[in-house]
Amino acid sequence: MGLKIEGFEGSGTFEKGVHPPGRKNFSTDIPIEVIPTPKKVVLPMSQHIGAPCASQVKAKQEVTFGEVIGKAKAFVSAPIHSPINGKVLKAANVTLPNGRRVPAIPIKAEGDQLEGKALMDEIFGGDWSKDCAGKYDPKAISDAINDAGIVGLGGAAFPTHVKIMPNEDKPIDALLINGCECEPYLTPDYRMMIEFPEAIIAGSLLAGHAVGAKKIVIGIEDNKPKAVESMEKAAAGTGIKIARLKTKYPQGSEKHLIMSVMKRKVPPGGLPIEVGAAVSNVGTVAAIAGAVLKKKPLTHRVVCVTGAGINNPKNLLVPMGISYGELIDFCGGLTKDAARIISGGPMMGFAFADLSTPVTKGASGVTILTNKDVKKADETACVRCGRCVDVCPLDLVPSKLAVGSRNSNLDVVQKYNIMACLECGCCSYTCPASLPIVQLIRMGKAMVAASAKK
Amino acid sequence: MNDQKQQSDSKSPDVKKPDVKKPDVIKPDTKKKKNDSPVPIVQVTSSPHLSDTSFTTQRMMIDVLIALLPVIGMSIYVFKIYAVKQLLICLVSCLAAEVVFVKMRGKSLSITDCSAAITGLILGLSLPGPAPWYVGFIASFVAIGIGKVIYGGLGMNLFNPAMVGRAFVMIAFAGSMAASGYLDQASAVDAITQATPLDTFKQAGEVTPLFDLFVGLTNGSLGEVSAIACIIGGLYLCIRRTASWEIPAGIIASVVVLGLITDMVTASSGWNVLHHIFSGALLFGAFYIATDPVTSPLTPKGKFIFGVGAGAIIMLLRIFSGYPEGVMFAVLLMNALTPLINRWTIPTPFGAIKKAA
Ligand code: SF4
Ligand code: SF4
Repeated sequence: MGLKIEGFEGSGTFEKGVHPPGRKNFSTDIPIEVIPTPKKVVLPMSQHIGAPCASQVKAKQEVTFGEVIGKAKAFVSAPIHSPINGKVLKAANVTLPNGRRVPAIPIKAEGDQLEGKALMDEIFGGDWSKDCAGKYDPKAISDAINDAGIVGLGGAAFPTHVKIMPNEDKPIDALLINGCECEPYLTPDYRMMIEFPEAIIAGSLLAGHAVGAKKIVIGIEDNKPKAVESMEKAAAGTGIKIARLKTKYPQGSEKHLIMSVMKRKVPPGGLPIEVGAAVSNVGTVAAIAGAVLKKKPLTHRVVCVTGAGINNPKNLLVPMGISYGELIDFCGGLTKDAARIISGGPMMGFAFADLSTPVTKGASGVTILTNKDVKKADETACVRCGRCVDVCPLDLVPSKLAVGSRNSNLDVVQKYNIMACLECGCCSYTCPASLPIVQLIRMGKAMVAASAKK
Repeated sequence: MNDQKQQSDSKSPDVKKPDVKKPDVIKPDTKKKKNDSPVPIVQVTSSPHLSDTSFTTQRMMIDVLIALLPVIGMSIYVFKIYAVKQLLICLVSCLAAEVVFVKMRGKSLSITDCSAAITGLILGLSLPGPAPWYVGFIASFVAIGIGKVIYGGLGMNLFNPAMVGRAFVMIAFAGSMAASGYLDQASAVDAITQATPLDTFKQAGEVTPLFDLFVGLTNGSLGEVSAIACIIGGLYLCIRRTASWEIPAGIIASVVVLGLITDMVTASSGWNVLHHIFSGALLFGAFYIATDPVTSPLTPKGKFIFGVGAGAIIMLLRIFSGYPEGVMFAVLLMNALTPLINRWTIPTPFGAIKKAA
């Protein structure tokens, strides 16, 4: 097949992987709506990978929209800003969906707030210039991203300025913008591409200029023709190319996106820069545009509330720190047969139960599954069928990793490269024996990490 | 993302004995909810939260049963009451053995996974029709007991259980299992009054017409006589991907290559490569026995190596050994090599530099 983009060798797909049901129809066609300002937000001081933030505020202090609440203390970190006007409450600890317990600053809403359309315009409205990227110094772009507290909005929550910065030693052949959204159910990236393509293009140009990328490609799965069309229109005349990629999970994984577009393989434990690539997500680059062109910090994000377990699925623009419970209430509440609440999508997301958990920067949505959705066959012994090997997109042997982890056999799991696993879930999804392979692998990784510390 | 996950995981205190089966069931915190919408029970489990329910262990077993239908049908057509009797003995004995042994080990019953039924049918199909009842009975108990349960049950066994059972009776009851065991001159069933094609050829150099081999109007073990039935069922298994096509492909490929070489060396015998493929237990073994996932390698490459190895051993035994047929030994030998093959064929992780072996 081939992508037919000049200078790119990728075939538009990668080997292995799986085809889970898309189930995007719950929220694909529902325009982004602004959620009313909540009475309170709770801002975890660690919403990203890297060092947690230090609180900059005291209890009872008044804060305004966009004010810095948590300051980054290290290079790999990102500051946190207030999404509302209000007053700081006493600091507390919260548990995030991934099980981490982190300190958080609650803020009570007080005074006037930006609401509805005004808020939407503030964040995504106005003109997005497509020819000013060259005017900025690459370092200034990276600094603006850092000041705005932008992290990867696709789910990884890696501080973006660390990736999007000028570097002298390794030329970046291409900046790839990830618009795949290969996780089932999730739709925020799709809605962004439909509703705010200009912001995405402006941000891509700025990010491309900052890293010195020779080319910029936006990768979109071929089951989203409207997004392709929308982005192609917005990209006209800018030199940005749109790559239609095969619909397959995990197409949106950094490594597989690079493989599909550039036919280059990032080595295990390596970074995209090693093969001359940089990757960012469409939501993230839109935030970059806001940070650089309008000096807006990252205070809000688009999430979807979706699945058969919610009464009115929606795409929402929400402030960071709002509770998942409020999102669910705003969408008409859970249905009777709701069985699992997941932060993120069903393949890699975290199931959690405490609805007061706050939304963080890396949360792309809430997926609520029903008993029917999560039903699986009873677990049997591994029948050594090799299906997991057939689908592992990183060419691992998941069954061996699972057995090794279960038996706490450090040698086996290391020999079979457990740390390379991306926890994409293809193996567990496919396994006819319904083995919790990923769960076992996570335990195995914890075991390896623990032994490394010794 | 790794840091985050590791931190969360290191919290799970008990790394050794994961309680992975039962999700925690927690009621969501509803204090803050004012509307009285129903409060469903929410489960907290590890991702992924979806699974492909169209392909399960049980479904695989059912696929095998479906695929065996043409073979069973042909065997009953050709061997009449002999086939019915032998298959029933093996089926019932295997199920009984499973119950007895699993009870003895105090495990929960695993009859529903159908694997014992499959072992029984495959074992029955690999025996000669006239063999006395105790042969099938003892083979079944050996197959399930020594072939499977001793190792810890389904998924843990090293050797194909049916072949373990068959190997045992082949040695213990050499008479009933040798070439003469297939014969009963007085029988009313035609097929049983003739020697098996492989034996006829070995002893007398007589060549059975290809067509008879293909359709299955010859003597032999119950399941092996009809090439066409094996091919139909086998293709179904491969298309469903319940059996990995690499294994039969490997076997057939190596039989073809070695068969062509023998053809060239012994040009005039009239027994050519097609006879090799359509005769004896070759196709039955290639599609139904060698493809047992538990006792064959994990990776596609490993599976192909397994097949090629099995095919080569079959040909060596057929040509050089005193036994007319070698499928059983070939499968058992390759089963023994499977852990080794698995070790040789660990795939190189995505993006890693191939280690010099
Ligand atoms: S897919 Fe499941 S049953 Fe098959 S080899 Fe892998 S772990 Fe075992
Ligand atoms: S082993 Fe890891 S990388 Fe491979 S399929 Fe399973 S979760 Fe994905």
